[in-house]
Amino acid sequence: MQTKKYENIGETLITERLDNGLTINIIPKPEYSKAFAMFTTNYGGADRRFKLGGEWLQTPAGVAHYLEHKMFDMPDGNALNVLSANGASPNAFTSSGQTSYYFESTTGFEDNFKTLLTFVSTPYFTVESVQKEQGIIGQEIRMVEDNPAFVVYNNLLRLLYANNPVRDSVAGTVESIAEITDKTLYHCHEVFYNPSNMTLVVVGNVDPKFVISAAKEILPKEPGEVPERDYGEAEAEFPTETFKSIQMEVSAPLFIIGSKFKPAPKGIERLRQVTIGKIALQMLLGRSSDFYTRLYAEGLLNSNFEYELDYTAGTAMILASGESRDVSSVKNELEKELENVSKNGMNTELFENAKKAFYGSELRILGSFSSLAQVVTEGALADYTPLDVYTEIEKITSDDVLNFIKENLTPKKLALSVVEPISKQA
Amino acid sequence: MNASTEIIMPNVVLTCLQTDKFKTGSLSINLLTSLNAENASKNALIPYVLRRGTATLPDMAAISRKFDSLYGARIKPVIRKKGEIQTVGFFADFADDKFLPNGNNLLSEITGLLGEMLLMPNTHGGLLRREYVESEREKLIEKIRAGINNKRSYSMKRLFEQMCSMEDYSVGRFGSEQSAEVITPQSLTKHYHELIANSPVEIFYCGSSDPKLVKKIIRNVLSAMPRADEKPDLGTDIRMNSLEEKPRYFEDQLNVTQGKLAIGFRLGDCMLEPNTAAIKVFNAVYGGSVTSKLFMNVREKLSLCYFASSGVDLHKGIMAVSSGIEFDKYDSALNEILAQLDNVKEGNFDDFELTAAKSSVASDYRTIEDNPVTLEDYYLTQILIGPDCSPLELASLTEEVTKQQVIDIAKGVELDAIYFLRGPKEEQ
Repeated sequence: MQTKKYENIGETLITERLDNGLTINIIPKPEYSKAFAMFTTNYGGADRRFKLGGEWLQTPAGVAHYLEHKMFDMPDGNALNVLSANGASPNAFTSSGQTSYYFESTTGFEDNFKTLLTFVSTPYFTVESVQKEQGIIGQEIRMVEDNPAFVVYNNLLRLLYANNPVRDSVAGTVESIAEITDKTLYHCHEVFYNPSNMTLVVVGNVDPKFVISAAKEILPKEPGEVPERDYGEAEAEFPTETFKSIQMEVSAPLFIIGSKFKPAPKGIERLRQVTIGKIALQMLLGRSSDFYTRLYAEGLLNSNFEYELDYTAGTAMILASGESRDVSSVKNELEKELENVSKNGMNTELFENAKKAFYGSELRILGSFSSLAQVVTEGALADYTPLDVYTEIEKITSDDVLNFIKENLTPKKLALSVVEPISKQA
Repeated sequence: MNASTEIIMPNVVLTCLQTDKFKTGSLSINLLTSLNAENASKNALIPYVLRRGTATLPDMAAISRKFDSLYGARIKPVIRKKGEIQTVGFFADFADDKFLPNGNNLLSEITGLLGEMLLMPNTHGGLLRREYVESEREKLIEKIRAGINNKRSYSMKRLFEQMCSMEDYSVGRFGSEQSAEVITPQSLTKHYHELIANSPVEIFYCGSSDPKLVKKIIRNVLSAMPRADEKPDLGTDIRMNSLEEKPRYFEDQLNVTQGKLAIGFRLGDCMLEPNTAAIKVFNAVYGGSVTSKLFMNVREKLSLCYFASSGVDLHKGIMAVSSGIEFDKYDSALNEILAQLDNVKEGNFDDFELTAAKSSVASDYRTIEDNPVTLEDYYLTQILIGPDCSPLELASLTEEVTKQQVIDIAKGVELDAIYFLRGPKEEQ
């Protein structure tokens, strides 16, 4: 058990790596009444082709998500019910690169935690239960098809990537999930839910010794094989296509402008890239930036405008999304801004302010257990500790930020996805 | 953590929660006014216009840069609908000084900014600046229209608009497009002065500072705030029964692939002397949790949907069920949803269901204590409708709820209206 104190932010991080290969991170918060536990497998919607025991295997789209739904079934009941009845709020999600099971509870943490470890490590599927889930997931897929925010995002991924399966919906399609059987689920559980391919994060009012001993007791003792994945042929530097627009029942055009870039190697280099990237986006697109304040005042953007760095399944992206009555002007203005920055540099007076603002926003994450558990999980999957960010900020220079923008945000790298209102014909 | 509440000026109440638990402090200021079709949009527009510029920070760039320099502090407009009361104001959150380099005093800086935003707007010729009013008015209209983008919340909005068409509750928290469109700098400025002078003010602070100090800083900042002598009469009319003998039916057609069913009920007799804990447990047994009748039957047993859940509004005495289904499953889903309510009325639920519902509600209450945002909303609600106790006390009251109490509440519930969002005709 390794304990690291972060005096600057008043936090402690306890890390343990078990013999079975599982990494456990614990952030004790004795002053809170709740605790939050998140158990994650490094397996998501994009992990469809993988190598096991020397052989390449192909699986249908949507298995990781289907598995997430069915994992709650246990031989003696349903884990959602057991956890809820014991005062926990359980849930789960699947993204392109990870599947996470989590709960929050204010009482009975120890029992709830054991239940979490037990159900995630115990596959139990029947032909009937797998069949029955098709109706529920089918409706989830339908719901998502009507969700413009999802559609605009998915279309952007298809513009940016030619081969990587992140371009397909995590839940799959009604057709692809029809191919999934109990055997598919057992097999993928065996491959991806071994402790060597997983990570566990606990935040809150907990006894770290209990967390570690319960994990040792309940989870498999032996390490497993971390499967090699195939995300398709290497992607080109520029987007496959740069524009896609479709019509849906929305009030005003929604857009995402995106750019892909090469993720830094895992470890401290990755954390550094994330930090530089976030400060760069804050300076370029943040609430105090010239770009945002000008376009907001001109009525081209509203407060729904957001931006983020997104790392998943071997990819890294910069995304800027929002609503605008004139999306092409937004893109033009962004291109002009990028050209201006690469020619004239950035206002360095604003750089120190941007670092301060970034520090404050990172401090906020420490108060949200779910956000904190998620960033620690992302860090664990990429071999860095996000709590180092508070000291890493100080090492960033304005040149780092400028170089990040010049390398990763040139006009030629941008793709634009739009969902427009349906044009009504008289 | 103890809440202390004090009247610090006429019609201005400060609630302080002093705690070292959080790494950020929060401060909100809420003006309370009645929700109605005439004024809702004007009220909702005011904080957005105020946030565009103040006397000393004339535009958004100046304000945002100031926030950056205060370690990413934020001040956000917050508009809430609490039954038939509209609350209008700002929510600020900022880093606690002890995690920053020495010499910072963010509480004092933020309170000053908040006061300036509220009381010293950037004006021109005595009016709120035309360009700010017009630009924010367009954004407000866009936001109201954008309600259609999320089909689940849109279906709920359409249900309440029609089910409560004779009640102020039908008004959304941002008002309507029509009432927003006619707002001018003149009409808004006049309304702003009335709102500032006449509205009761609820201020909430959560953080590590001493309440005495908080009070001193706030009184100082708000000293110039005009205050009317009379306290306006604010409240919500609670309808006990459905409007007509048979449930009313409403629908819309949109180009969607999944139908959205929204069903509205009046909670009925339990609203005479509402027992908050018991009503929440009833809701959790019926449709408000993953062990509920709706989740277990409509979703898990019959696989009719991905979501089917119920929620209650204790300000208004309303319960609503929401579910996303195939268009042709309308009858089977509706029948099952109503049949499950009958099951609760008849007491057809076992100890496990009751216990699970109680733990779920109790846990929700305990969790409130761990987040300044939920704490703020909890105490604001408490001031309006009670109960007069902390979230932790309410959590323990939840454990005492009996099966009979749940049955009695269910028996008083009446179906009032059904709304269905369908797809285009040719697909049905």
